[in-house]
Amino acid sequence: MKKILALVLTFFTLIIVGNTLFIVKQTERAVMLRLGALVNSDIEPGLHVKIPWVNTVRVFDARIQTEDSTPERFLTLEQKALEVDSYAKWRIVDVGQFYVSTRGDVATAGSLLAERINDGLRDQIGNRNLQEVVAGERDQLMLDLTAELNETTATDIGIEVIDVRVKRIDLPDDVRSSVYERMITERNREAQELRSRGEELAIGIRADADRQAVIFEAEAYRDAERIRGEGDAEATSIYAEAYTRDPEFYAFTRSLNAYRETFSSKGDVLLLDPDSDYFKYLKGGVPQ
Amino acid sequence: MAWNEPENNGNDDDPWGGGRRGGNQGPPDIDEVIKNITKKFSGLFGGSRNGGSDSKGAPPGSRGIPGGIVAGLVTVVAVVWAFIGFYIVDEAERGVVLRFGKVREAIVQPGLHWYPPIIDEVHLVNVSELNAKTYENRAMLTTDENIIDIAVTVQYRILDPVNYVIAVENPERSLDNAAESAIRHVVGGNYMDQILTTGRARVADDVQDRLQDYMDMYTTGIMVSQVNVVDAQPPDAVRPAFDDVIRAREDEQRAQNEAEQYSNQIIPTARGNAQRQIEQANAYREEAVAIAEGDASRFKQLLTEYIKAPVVTRQRLYIESLQDVMTASSKIMIDVEGGNNMLFLPLDKILEQNSSMGGGNRPRNTQEWRDFANELAPYLPAPSNTNAVDRSRLGSGRGGRQ
Repeated sequence: MKKILALVLTFFTLIIVGNTLFIVKQTERAVMLRLGALVNSDIEPGLHVKIPWVNTVRVFDARIQTEDSTPERFLTLEQKALEVDSYAKWRIVDVGQFYVSTRGDVATAGSLLAERINDGLRDQIGNRNLQEVVAGERDQLMLDLTAELNETTATDIGIEVIDVRVKRIDLPDDVRSSVYERMITERNREAQELRSRGEELAIGIRADADRQAVIFEAEAYRDAERIRGEGDAEATSIYAEAYTRDPEFYAFTRSLNAYRETFSSKGDVLLLDPDSDYFKYLKGGVPQ
Repeated sequence: MAWNEPENNGNDDDPWGGGRRGGNQGPPDIDEVIKNITKKFSGLFGGSRNGGSDSKGAPPGSRGIPGGIVAGLVTVVAVVWAFIGFYIVDEAERGVVLRFGKVREAIVQPGLHWYPPIIDEVHLVNVSELNAKTYENRAMLTTDENIIDIAVTVQYRILDPVNYVIAVENPERSLDNAAESAIRHVVGGNYMDQILTTGRARVADDVQDRLQDYMDMYTTGIMVSQVNVVDAQPPDAVRPAFDDVIRAREDEQRAQNEAEQYSNQIIPTARGNAQRQIEQANAYREEAVAIAEGDASRFKQLLTEYIKAPVVTRQRLYIESLQDVMTASSKIMIDVEGGNNMLFLPLDKILEQNSSMGGGNRPRNTQEWRDFANELAPYLPAPSNTNAVDRSRLGSGRGGRQ
């Protein structure tokens, strides 16, 4: 029986020790309550002692948390609707405040934060046009928003917002299809420009070729005629030099040649008068 | 069974064996270890129980409990506790130890180690393995308000195991979110044409820098070692238009090539024609000069001789020439005094006859010539002996100089 008592005693001791000692990990923050009242709002990591059943300890995750909110619809300055999916990184800085304002529930803190982020994004996006939201100014937008959130969250919820980021920005379907239309027309324009430029260059190349061809022929004609003229001139000079020695005899021989050339075919019919000089002997007989 | 197979039993006792099979991701399988140890102890107890029952005859179990159980339990707990504490750190891994929740500075290197369970907590982190994740993002807006699809792979490894374990609630998810945000940010800061064509490498670099900044800001302990843009395309809905631009670029080149082909065809031809014209002209010039020289030379020689005997030469030339003329052509001598108004000659008929005679059926003998003359007879004026054409002579007298 003594031993059984010892066993029971050991058992109770273990329970008491288990209720007295507690560990706070480095990944955690903890608060200690005495009968519901907050007595230590930030317990260091390590092994700690508490009064069993009188003190209770609430432990929270002190690591950086991610609040991944559902996509929300916002209007830009020019009233274009955008579906924005964002996330926020935050962690607990004031454990006591965190416990008081959320009853220590991370999900509650997250949804509180999400609402504020959405408000902030609505303001920020509402003051910018689409181009600014999508492009360059996003870093500044996020810094502004983070700073704005931190003005209130630390004191209200006991958390610090490390970063807010936009993951996706989607255009609504109707806007998207009109963007597609515009993209298509832009490409069509570019394609047409390329084709027309090709045509333009092609026409130019052909015209240039035609021009060169015409010039070649014209210059060839010019040179050919000049050469022919030279030939004619030289020939004429040669003829003149020879024929001026006896123009009358030239006329005589040339005429005879011309007659010969002219009446060279059986198709040429001569109606002859026997009185001509040629037939002098034919008609006149042997002179007496 | 344990009795008969001591070797096997020994193996089962080995808590690290279980740990190895578990992939080194945590302490050894506690259930298995406990089972093995209790088996061993129940064997010991059973042995002593058997001895006791033989000597005293007391029912088994009622006597051994107080002394045995307490000592036994303590021993069991101690042994289990000790066995659980052994763990192996793989070559690729490092161990982060939390003692009473506080991180110890020393990172556990590869090898066999022991930790006191409950007091310590060990997290093994693979710091060598290069992990890769692919993010396929559909319909991202670019700075010029176009929409593209982009796929990016991120390779990373864990550089700082302590931060990886304690700083962030879910480092991998943080990476996913940050990567999506970084990709969107960089795409949103670039023009579509840049991303689709030349700017891919720069997009990847920008995403890597930005993602690393985020990882550092969130103290995830993750190092982004490589970011690649594996695919960047216009959305399906507009792809045909983009493909058409590529075709148009080809068409542009094709039109130019065809025009240059045309050019290459006609210009050499034109040059060749020009060359031919000039050569023809050169030929003409040489020809004209040569003919002129020939004619002149002939004339001059003739003239020289002519001057020596002008009258005779002149007559000879005249008669020879006229003979040629007369011989070569058809002739009709008309010896009609005075009014020959009524003379009618069927010249067309004669011409026709002559030209046909140029072929194969010209009269070959006197008889045929006579027939031909008779055909003409009716058209000739009334017979006059003196003036009549000697028709037979007319035909056969040919054969002079040709």
